[in-house]
Amino acid sequence: MAEAVYTGTIDREATRANTRYIISRVVIYGLLAIFSLVYIIPLFVVVFNSFRTLPEISQNGLIAFPQSFRLDAWPDAWSTFCIGGNCEGMQKYFWNSVKMVIPATIISTLLGAMNGYILSKWKFPGSEIIFTCMLLGVFMPGQIALLPWAFILGKIGLANSVYGLILVHCIQGISFTTLFCRNYYVSIPDDLVKAARIDGAGFWRIFYKIILPLSPPILIVTVIWQFTGIWNEYLYGVVLNSGTNQPITAALVALSTNGTNVRVYDVMSAAVLIGALPPLLVYFFGGKYFVRGLTQGAIK
Amino acid sequence: MSVSASTSAATYNSSSNGPPLRDRLAKLVPIFVLVPSIAASFLYVFVFTGWTLYISLSNSTLLPTYGFEGLENYASLWANRRWGIAYTNLFVFSAFYVVCAMAIGLMLALLIDQKIRAESFWRTIFLYPLAVSFIVTGTVWSWLYNPTNGFEFLIRNLGWTDFTFALTTDRKYAIYAIVITGIWQSSGFAMALFLAGLRSVDGDIVKAAQIDGASTFRTYRKVILPSITPIFLAVAVVLLQFSIKTFDLAVALTNSGPGISTTFPATYVYDLMFQRGQIGEGAAASMMILSALAVVLIPYSIYLVWHRRREAGHG
Repeated sequence: MAEAVYTGTIDREATRANTRYIISRVVIYGLLAIFSLVYIIPLFVVVFNSFRTLPEISQNGLIAFPQSFRLDAWPDAWSTFCIGGNCEGMQKYFWNSVKMVIPATIISTLLGAMNGYILSKWKFPGSEIIFTCMLLGVFMPGQIALLPWAFILGKIGLANSVYGLILVHCIQGISFTTLFCRNYYVSIPDDLVKAARIDGAGFWRIFYKIILPLSPPILIVTVIWQFTGIWNEYLYGVVLNSGTNQPITAALVALSTNGTNVRVYDVMSAAVLIGALPPLLVYFFGGKYFVRGLTQGAIK
Repeated sequence: MSVSASTSAATYNSSSNGPPLRDRLAKLVPIFVLVPSIAASFLYVFVFTGWTLYISLSNSTLLPTYGFEGLENYASLWANRRWGIAYTNLFVFSAFYVVCAMAIGLMLALLIDQKIRAESFWRTIFLYPLAVSFIVTGTVWSWLYNPTNGFEFLIRNLGWTDFTFALTTDRKYAIYAIVITGIWQSSGFAMALFLAGLRSVDGDIVKAAQIDGASTFRTYRKVILPSITPIFLAVAVVLLQFSIKTFDLAVALTNSGPGISTTFPATYVYDLMFQRGQIGEGAAASMMILSALAVVLIPYSIYLVWHRRREAGHG
C-alpha cells in the first residue's frame, strides 16, 4: 500500500463527500415530498369527502381526515341527485359520455391509422401539403367551429344528440390521430413495404400483414389520447347538447354552479369522482403510453 | 411510384396497352381511402374558419344573417369594456401560467433526474392532474378556495385566526386563483417534456463534462440545459396555446366571476354567442382567438422549419 499519511485526508474527503451526498439526497426527497403533497391533496380531499357526512364536513372543513365512513353519497350521486331539475343523478350523463367516447375514439383512431399509413407509405404528389393542412386542425380553437357545427348538426338532424357529438369528435380528432400514426409509420422502414409490393401484396394486404402488427404501441397511445381528450371535453358538450343529452363534464358544471342549493359536498365529491374516474383509470393503467402521447403530441 | 410501376410490369398483360384496369384502380385505392378524411379536415379547418370569419363580418345577432357589415363587430368588440377585461386577464394569466409552470416543471424534472428511487411513483403523482379534466380540477379547487370551508378555514383552525385567503371572492385577485390552479394542473406536463428532453441529451457530452471536473450544477447549466433549448421553446408554445384557449377552467372555477372579473376571451365568446345572442360579435371574438394562436404558432413553425434545415445541413 502507499504511504499511510494520505489515507487520513482521503478518509476525511470521503466523509465530506458522503455528508454532501446525504444532504443533497435529503433536499431532493424533501422537495419531492412537499410537491407531491401539493399535488395529491386535492385528490385526497375529494375522495375523503365522498365518504364523510355533511355535518362533519361543515364542522371540520373540507380539508380534514375523515372521522366517519359511509358510502351513501355514491349511490345518491349516481342515481338520485338533482342536476338542473333532473333527479336521476349522474348516470344518464355518464352513459352519454360512454356512448360518445367509445365510437368516437375507435373511428377516429382507425381513420388516423389509415391516413397515417397512406401519408407515410403511399405518398403521392401533394400528400405532404395535405398532411400539413390536416395538421392545422390540431391548433384550431373550438370556438371557431361552434356556429358551423350548430348549423350543420341542425341541418342533418343530429342537433342535441350524442351522435352529433360523435361526429364532431371524429372529425376534430382526425388531425391528432393522423399526426400520431403518420409520425410513427414514418419510422417503419420503407423497404419492408417495397418488398411486399414486389411480392404482389396490395394496399390492404400490406396494411393488415405488415403495418397493423407493428402498430399496437401507437394505437394504444392514440386511443388513450382520444379517450381522455373526448371524455374531458366540455365546450362542444355544453353548446351543442342540452338537458339530459349532455356529457358528464357539462353535468358537473351544472351541478357545481347550481347556486340555489345548499352545497352537498359529500354527494358532489362522489359525482366529481364518477366524472374523473374513467380517465384516471386509463392513466393509472396506461401511464407509460399516456406520457408518450403527451410528449409526442407536444413536440412533433 | 417507381415500385408500383415495377409491380404492374410484373403482372403485365400483353393483350392490352398499358397496365390493366385492375392495377390502375389499385393505384387509386389510397386516394379513395384518404378522400373522406381530407374532405372532413378541409371542412373543419378551412370552411369553418371562413364561415366564422364571414359571420364576424355580418350583421348577425340571434341567428346567422349574411348582411355584410364590414369590421363593425370588431370595432364594437374592441370598444367593449368586458373584452378589455378578457384580454388583460389573458395576458396576466399567460405570463404567470407559462413562466411558473415551466419553472416548477423544470425543477421537478431536475429533481427526478437525480437517479432517485421509485421514479415512476413520483412521476405518476405529478402528472395525474393532466388526466383529469379542467372541469373536475376547477370544481374541486373552487371548493378549496371557498373561505368558509377550504384553505382559509383549515389555516384558521390551525391557530392563525386572522389568516385570509379569499381569492375567488375578490374581483382583484380571482384571476390568480385561476393562475394557481392552472399551474397546478400543467406543471407536471412541463415536467414530462423537460424530463424527456433531459433524457435525450447525449450521455458522452455529460460524461466529458464530469471528467473535466464540472460540478453537477455546472454540468446542468453549461452543458445539459443549453442543449435542450428547443424543448424550452416547445413547452412555452404549448402552454401558451393552452392559455389562449382557456375556457373550461375559468367556467368551472369562477364562472367568470365575481362579477365579470375573470372573463377570458374564450368565455366571452361563449357568452356573446349563446347568452346574449350577439353571434356576429362572438364570431369576431373567436377570430381574435384564432389570430392570437396564429401569432404564437406561425413564428414557431417557421423557427422549426429553419431549425430542422440547419440540423440537416450540419448533419
